[in-house]
Amino acid sequence: MASIDIQGVRKSYGTVPVLHNVDLSIQDGEFVVLVGPSGCGKSTLLRMVAGLEGITSGAIRIGERVVNELAPKDRDIAMVFQSYALYPHMTVRDNMNYSLRLRRTPAERMAHVVSAAASKLGLDTFLDRKPRTLSGGQRQRVAMGRSIVRQPQAFLFDEPLSNLDARLREQMRVEIKKLHRDLGTTSIYVTHDQVEAMTLADRIVAMNGGVVQQVGTPLDLYERPTNLFVAGFIGSPAINIINAVLRHDGEQRLIALESGERIPAPPRVGGHDGQAVKVGIRPEDVQISAQAEGDFAGHVELVEPMGLGTIVHLGTAHHALKAFVVERVNYPVGTNIAYRLPASKLHIFDAKTGQRLPE
Amino acid sequence: MTSSARSTSHWLLHYGLLAFYVAFALFPLYWLLKVSVTPNDLLYSEGIRLWPSRSSLAHYTFVLAHSDFPLFFKNSVIVSGSTAVLVTLIAALSGYAMSRFDFRGKMWLVGLMLITQMFPLVMLVAPIFKLFSPLGLTNSLTGLVIVYTAFNVPFATFLMQSFFDGIPKDLEEAAMIDGASRFRAFRQIILPLTLPGVAATLGFVFTAAWSELLFALMLVSKADASTFPVGLLGFVSKFSVDFGQMMAAGVLALIPACLFFLLIQRYLVQGLTAGAVKG
Repeated sequence: MASIDIQGVRKSYGTVPVLHNVDLSIQDGEFVVLVGPSGCGKSTLLRMVAGLEGITSGAIRIGERVVNELAPKDRDIAMVFQSYALYPHMTVRDNMNYSLRLRRTPAERMAHVVSAAASKLGLDTFLDRKPRTLSGGQRQRVAMGRSIVRQPQAFLFDEPLSNLDARLREQMRVEIKKLHRDLGTTSIYVTHDQVEAMTLADRIVAMNGGVVQQVGTPLDLYERPTNLFVAGFIGSPAINIINAVLRHDGEQRLIALESGERIPAPPRVGGHDGQAVKVGIRPEDVQISAQAEGDFAGHVELVEPMGLGTIVHLGTAHHALKAFVVERVNYPVGTNIAYRLPASKLHIFDAKTGQRLPE
Repeated sequence: MTSSARSTSHWLLHYGLLAFYVAFALFPLYWLLKVSVTPNDLLYSEGIRLWPSRSSLAHYTFVLAHSDFPLFFKNSVIVSGSTAVLVTLIAALSGYAMSRFDFRGKMWLVGLMLITQMFPLVMLVAPIFKLFSPLGLTNSLTGLVIVYTAFNVPFATFLMQSFFDGIPKDLEEAAMIDGASRFRAFRQIILPLTLPGVAATLGFVFTAAWSELLFALMLVSKADASTFPVGLLGFVSKFSVDFGQMMAAGVLALIPACLFFLLIQRYLVQGLTAGAVKG
C-alpha cells in the first residue's frame, strides 16, 4: 500500500488543455472518489496515475517514487475498467492469475491466492469458465478478483459499476466498500454518479472542466459546497438555486429574493450591500406546510412520491422550488402551500463567480 | 395462397437462386476436373458431354511422373507459404501500430500505402528487373518472395488494422497494468483474439501469391525457380495445347489452397472476442 501524490499535474492534447494544475494528496489506505460530469478530466487523471496517459507537466508519486516515466507494469497498481476488460480467451482462473504468472509466482501460492480471492467474491464455481458465459455482475467480480490477487500498492476504479443495472450496482457498491474495509488498500475511484461518490468515499474530489472544484469528505461537499457547481452536482434531488441580492439594513443582513421577498441572511455571511448572489437550499431543508404556517406562499405544481419520501415541486411568484419531505403527502396540484427557507440552511454564492461567499 | 405455400415458394426461390449461383460459379472447376480425367482420344471425338464415357488418371500420372510440375509445385508452396507468413507478420505489427498509435506522418504513410495499390503492376516489371538483376534476385525464389511481400503488405496492413480496431483498447491496457509490456500484451492478449484476422490475411496473401503469374514469368526464366502458374504455360506449345495435362496440373494446384482454407476456416468464422467487454 502507498500514498499517492499528484502535484501540479497538467494534461493537454495538442493545444487543447484537459487538466489544469491538479494538486491532490491521497493518504495511504484512503478511498478517494473523483466525481464530475463527462469530460471533466476525471478518467484522464486516473489513467495518468495508471500510466496509460502521459503527463504534460507536474509529477505523480506513488509511495516515494515519482512515476511520471514509469510504464504501467512497473507502477504496481491494479485497475478495474468500466468495460471489465477480461481476457476473453482465458478462463476466469487464468484471468485472475495472469498478473501472478507474469511475476513468476510459484504455482502453489498462485492457486492459493486465486482460490482465496474467488471465495471472497463468490466466484468459486466459475473458475474454469470463460468470461462470455458469465453475467455482467459476475464479470465485474472477476475484474475485481483480478485486481485483488495482486495485492497492489493501489486500486484504480474507472466507473466500474456504470454498466450494471441499478440493483446490482447497489450490491456491488456495498461489496467494494467491504473489500476496501478488509484490504485497506489505497483506492481512487472515478464515477459520475454522486450517490456512489457519497457512499464510498473517505474523501471526494469534485471536478469540472479539468479543474478540481473541491476536495473534502462527502458531508463537507454536501453541507458546505465551495461553489455553485459542487452545490448543483452533489445531492439528489438537486439543490434549489434562487437569484437574490444582499441587503445590509443597519446591523441586520438580509437577502432580497428576486420575488421581492426578504429573508434573513445566514449568520456570519460576508459580501457587501447590493451584491448579486445566488441562494442555494437543499430540497430537504425547505420547510413546507399546508396550514399556512410559513413565511412565503406558493402552490403545488407536481408531487413525486419516491417511497422513501416525497418531492413536492412548488410554484411561486418568481422561482420554482423543490421540497423533499419524509412524509407521504399527496397534495392535489394547485394546493396552496406555505414554505420557509431557514437562514441557517442557506448557501450563498456570488452570482458572478459562483464561489461561496466567505464567512 | 396459404402462408405455408408462400413460405415453401420463398424457400424454393431462395435456395434455387443459391443453387444456381453455386452451379454457375463452380462449373469451370467441374469442367477442369472433367477434362483432366478425359483420355486424349476422347477429348475431341465425343462432343460436349458432362462426363466422358471412359475416364482415366493418365494425365495425372504424366504430370506427376514425367513433367517438371512437382518442382514448380514445390517452388509455389515455398514462395506462397513464405510470402503469406512474412506478410502476415509484418502486417500484424504495422496494422497494430496503425490501429493504436498516433505518430507524426501517419496520414502520409497511409497515403503512400494507398498509392502503391493504385497503378498497374505491369509498369513496375522493368524497373524491378533492373533492380533485381545485379543483386542476383532474378531467377530466384527469394526475389519472388520479396516482390510479393512488398506488394501485399499495404493491403494486408489495412486488413489487420481493421481487425485490431475491433478489439477494445482496454484489454491491452488491462494486461499492461497486470504487468505485461506492450509487446507481451500484444502477443498474449491481442494476437490470440485476432486469429480470425490473421487467418484471413494468411489466406488472402497465400492465394494471391499462389496464382501470381506476371512477376513469376518476368523475373524467372529457369525451370528450377519457376512456380506452377508459369509451369501451366508450359503445356501450351507452338502447335497444340495439352488440355488434359494442363487441367490435371490445375486440379493438383487447387489442392494446397483448399487444404490451407480448410485449416484456417475455423478461425475465419469464429468470433473470438465475445465476452471480452460488456455485451
